[in-house]
Amino acid sequence: MMTPRRAVVPVVLLILLVVLPFLSVDIPVLFGGPLDSPGTLNLLALCLVFAGVALSYDLLFGYTGLLSFGHALYFALGVYLPAIALTEWEWSLPAALALLAVVAIALPLVLGAVSLRVTGIAFAMVTLAFAQAGNVIVQTNPGGLTGGDEGIILNFDPLPDFVVGIVNTKYLYWLALGYAVAVFLIARAAIGSSAGHVWRAIRDNERRVEVIGLRPYPYKLLAFVLASFLAAWGGFLWLLLIGVTPEVTTATFTLTLLVMVVLGGTGTRFGALVGGFAYTLLDNRLRNLAGEERIQELPDVLRVPLSEPLFLLGALFVAIVFFAPGGISSFPARLRSLVYRRAAKESAP
Amino acid sequence: MSTETALGVTDLHVYLGESHVLQGISFSVAKGGVTALLGRNGVGKTTTLRALMGLVPRSRGVVEVQGENVTRLPTHAIVRRGVGYVPEDRDVFAGLTVEENLRLSERGGNGRYDLVYDLFPELKERGRQRAGTLSGGQQQMVAIARALLNDNSLLLIDEPTKGLAPLLVTEVAVALERAAELSTILLVEQNLGVAKRVAEHAVVLDGGRVVHEGPAGELLSSPERVRELLGVHGAAH
Amino acid sequence: MSTFVLLTITGLGLGALYFLIASGLSLIYGLMGVLNFAHGAFITFGAYAAWWITTHVEASAEAELILATAFGLVVGAVLAAAVELVFIRPLYRRPVEQVLVTVGLALALGALVFGIWGADPKSFPDRPGEVTALPSWMIDTTTILGARIPNDRFVEIAVAVVVLAGLTAFLRFTRIGLIIRAGVENRAMVTALGIDVRKTFTFVFAVGGALAALAGVLSGIYFSTVDPGRGTSLLIFAFIVVVIGGFGSIGGSAVAAVAVGLVQQYANFYAADWLDWSGAGDVAVMFLLAGVLLLRPEGLAPKVAH
Repeated sequence: MMTPRRAVVPVVLLILLVVLPFLSVDIPVLFGGPLDSPGTLNLLALCLVFAGVALSYDLLFGYTGLLSFGHALYFALGVYLPAIALTEWEWSLPAALALLAVVAIALPLVLGAVSLRVTGIAFAMVTLAFAQAGNVIVQTNPGGLTGGDEGIILNFDPLPDFVVGIVNTKYLYWLALGYAVAVFLIARAAIGSSAGHVWRAIRDNERRVEVIGLRPYPYKLLAFVLASFLAAWGGFLWLLLIGVTPEVTTATFTLTLLVMVVLGGTGTRFGALVGGFAYTLLDNRLRNLAGEERIQELPDVLRVPLSEPLFLLGALFVAIVFFAPGGISSFPARLRSLVYRRAAKESAP
Repeated sequence: MSTETALGVTDLHVYLGESHVLQGISFSVAKGGVTALLGRNGVGKTTTLRALMGLVPRSRGVVEVQGENVTRLPTHAIVRRGVGYVPEDRDVFAGLTVEENLRLSERGGNGRYDLVYDLFPELKERGRQRAGTLSGGQQQMVAIARALLNDNSLLLIDEPTKGLAPLLVTEVAVALERAAELSTILLVEQNLGVAKRVAEHAVVLDGGRVVHEGPAGELLSSPERVRELLGVHGAAH
Repeated sequence: MSTFVLLTITGLGLGALYFLIASGLSLIYGLMGVLNFAHGAFITFGAYAAWWITTHVEASAEAELILATAFGLVVGAVLAAAVELVFIRPLYRRPVEQVLVTVGLALALGALVFGIWGADPKSFPDRPGEVTALPSWMIDTTTILGARIPNDRFVEIAVAVVVLAGLTAFLRFTRIGLIIRAGVENRAMVTALGIDVRKTFTFVFAVGGALAALAGVLSGIYFSTVDPGRGTSLLIFAFIVVVIGGFGSIGGSAVAAVAVGLVQQYANFYAADWLDWSGAGDVAVMFLLAGVLLLRPEGLAPKVAH
């Protein structure tokens, strides 16, 4: 449990995030416009969405030790299913959301039940295979449902007015903030519960769990379904913020979720949130940087790597794995030990 | 330590997960002959051999082979300094033939095949047989033969008679005696009869430490000491 | 019937590509325990290296192709060896970090390809002024049982068969092959015999890289183009082949590659007729993987005992 003193920073941060759309503050380099501009709010909303999605993945990977390469499938579910329901089948919003809720539990239940019959690398491969199946289904556009490469243009009619239109970006932002907070609270509750303790035991030594007399399988399935369910709602927010894009079904997208979680620090209180937020922000900023004239004018040897954000992010990831495997969360401790070591060296005779 | 000592272990600590298995072991093995490493089940005898081989990480301590500090060396480098290893579960390569198993152990492209086939003529006959189809006893012979193929100064042998029928136990004991003429042997053995037959010295482990070091015959002929140190009823048979 | 024959040969051709990639992946995982996501980069760089040769060299169609292939092989081997030495070897004994590093490299190298050559596919081989620069006998078709099959399919299958035979012989008759076979079974014991397996690791990685590059070049012929996403799309199927075939087993990879290639072709075609959907074959393969794993988690030919 968090002591009152440790709770101060996150609470202050939360208050800041809530009032952000009212702040007409310019933060150069980090953002292209003032904090209350639609562009910046849209970006921040996206960062918050991925903070939540990364945390949902951390439940699987960081806390239960399940390396899934198919988590993006459920995110994509949240993007595509409501889009299809609202646009192609012309359902009302409540009906579409109810459908998503049901499928976002049923699908991971079925697929998870199958995938979790194997462990380790085999499990990772099965999840990858299922996610790829999703990708193929989206790309090959059966019955014209998924729109293939072009995606679907969302039918905005069934949606309430306050989420449509650039001027209402701040409501989407608050929705995204609400999502991230909700994921955090749900994840905290789950991790602190007895099931959460079993998850960590499974991660550390699955055999010992069996020796105690517990069956890991139902607990793993619970983690799988919960994580997938949470990710699906992130997908729905992506739908509102950006729209339908087939890139959310690609293997690369799934891998970036892994990068986010490791970047932030797996299995830590705020690591995944920070990682998801930071990665999304970095990705956006690097993309903008790549398009700038002064980069385009550089000699090829510099221009090429700098115009590809994924190259820089991949390289950053490799560096993190080598030099700081605990991710950003480990930085404070590393800094502290560096400082102490220097102080000790100086004070030693 | 002088080069009269084949193996010197000083304050060796090994952690397996959270468990502090070896808590500062120190002993030395003089050149020539057989030293038995004894102790109850699970006390850390196999872990000791594996630690000497560099197969498990050592958190503290010094290991010296022939006077040379090998503590920081990777396993293959330790082996190349003349150490042969016969693991507890034999670990022969099941998919390879007997001949291939031996050939793999060659260092510098040749080996003492005459010696090996003299000790274990059956291996020559079954050269092309897949090692996975051999009986336990035959696999044991392959495992020992592998270690003897090279002119190793030190052999680390882990329970070579485990699970073998009495006739095979004798065969292994004979092989150990022959090997002892050529190399120094550190032998982990639960079969006290074999230990008494081949070993001159004994080192006893308990609670992660060395609790006794001395002549093997003296220890193993005394039922009280045996029961006290090894928890086994009756003296060697 | 003729359609069936065409599908079969095409499926075998595709299977040939999968086998070339899967054999390297299988050995790498079987021996080193590393799940190499960066393998896709070896495929793509090999393909583009070959393409680059065809745009810069003027020679007969056959000579150009041979030169391009050779160059692609070298690039693949060198790139793989470099990756192993710089990124994988230092993380020996940290298998989770090793996989994470290959993921990072996959993302970075994949993006690099986009950056250098752009997203549009390039025709392969690339000769300005000619529609296609393949040797004419490869463009020609041979008729078997009524099916007109482009001859390049036979080239791909032949290459895969030669590689299969070569790899099997190499593993059987050379010392490195012996070390690899033993190491796949029990890596620790190999070091306990005094062998420095790390050198073998680099070798296996380099061979894997060369084979992947070869697959990249052949895929350029198969699809008539090279594109930045080629490595990733082939890699997924190669992973499936490796898992179905069993880690560390060349023979298993071969059988699985044939199965996957054929299932993909048959299902894609017949389901397209029946369901009006061209993606059924790819999806069917995914479910084939899931099915095999659930029945036999070690794959078709289990060989690994780390």
